Amino acid sequence: MDIAFIIEKLILISAILGISLVIAMYTTLAERKFAGFFQDRVGPNRAGPWGLLQPLADGVKLFTKEEIIPTHASTFLFVLGPSLSMFTACITTAVIPWGQDLFLFGRQVSLQVADINVGVLYVFGVVSLGVYGVMIGGWASNNKFSLLAAVRSASQNISYEIAMGLSIIALLMMTGTLSLREISEQQAGMNWNVFYQPLGFLIFMICSFAETNRTPFDLPECETELVGGHHTEYSSMKLGFYLFAEYINMFVSSAIMASLYFGGYNYPFMHLISNPNVAALIGVAAFFTKILLFIFFFIWVRWTVPRFRYDQLMKLGWKVLIPLAIVNIALTGAGILIFGK
Amino acid sequence: MGNSFIPADYFPIVLQLFAAIGFVAVTMLATHYIGPKRKTADKLANFECGIEQQGDARSPISVKYFLVAILFVLFDVEVIFMYPWAVNFREFGITGFLEMFTFVGFLLAGFFYLLKKGALDWE
Repeated sequence: MDIAFIIEKLILISAILGISLVIAMYTTLAERKFAGFFQDRVGPNRAGPWGLLQPLADGVKLFTKEEIIPTHASTFLFVLGPSLSMFTACITTAVIPWGQDLFLFGRQVSLQVADINVGVLYVFGVVSLGVYGVMIGGWASNNKFSLLAAVRSASQNISYEIAMGLSIIALLMMTGTLSLREISEQQAGMNWNVFYQPLGFLIFMICSFAETNRTPFDLPECETELVGGHHTEYSSMKLGFYLFAEYINMFVSSAIMASLYFGGYNYPFMHLISNPNVAALIGVAAFFTKILLFIFFFIWVRWTVPRFRYDQLMKLGWKVLIPLAIVNIALTGAGILIFGK
Repeated sequence: MGNSFIPADYFPIVLQLFAAIGFVAVTMLATHYIGPKRKTADKLANFECGIEQQGDARSPISVKYFLVAILFVLFDVEVIFMYPWAVNFREFGITGFLEMFTFVGFLLAGFFYLLKKGALDWE
């Protein structure tokens, strides 16, 4: 553990945090542009060419707005809620392998903040912390709409977490490891897990929609029933944190789906490129392409599918996805025992 | 495979935790000091669609939600229990598979009981 190692990690961490923030910012613009496209209108186009400066303008606006803390709210928890949401969104990226090792200045630089052997468990642990942000913020607002949104969000997230955990078990039976880097390496040469685990991937994807509170599962911020949901009382950057955390979570779940099921940084004909740095950089580009495609899919679904009703949501989670995930485990287990793969 | 992991591997995660805490704290403080401060009693009242606030939101909520939370704890413990089994699945072979599905069978029996009891009905 020398000083160069720490500097290298600090640069990597700042780069990853910066990139996830920029991608989250531009996802908000992309979302509004695509919404415009789907609804046959233009979308934001005033700030900069094609509205490219719109996210910056939004950021500055949120920063300079008055900060309101209602008199009936619990002040400490009211501030803690959005902070927790943002904090958990920022730390999930620590175990995602962004690419193969680079060779710079005679050092082998890993494009992963920490290669720990329980990577998948770490992701699940942090993701399940995410629910506290919404729950604490909604309860601390002391507003009836926010309270309803908070309990809804809590029971929705925990219900879908079970199906998510079960769907990943079938994948782990195949890979035999919890390290995201090893899972990525095993998928080299179009040996993507999605071809062996289509049902598991489908369950996992549906659950990620529910975990990120995206449509069709955006009941915590269902504006037709709950005004603004858990962030009804929030203003200025605290509101910004809630909205931003959702987009960062979208980016992170896209990255996790890409690395677990869609080959991570692997791409076809990867072994033909002799220079390791070039191969690694193309790998990073391939990984980000996959992530952006998933983000587009999130946006596409949002403007296509209507919102679920609460009883439908719970029915889908408990009565469909959980039994389906258990069936998937049984099928995978039988498949591995019979074919030896 | 994967035997060379040491606690020092987690050190970069600690760095990222501090980076995230720093980012959140600085942003929160900045937004607190930058924004204007012209507070009035009406502004600081809770939003209830424009009418006078009736009581507060510290009221009991449907017991259904607590039931879901308890069920989550039960089922999630089973899920965590399955992780080490899944990782070592190949070594356990057919014996491990049958043993785990005996366990899952009991789990499903409980799940079936829940369904029949109507614990998961929201209509």
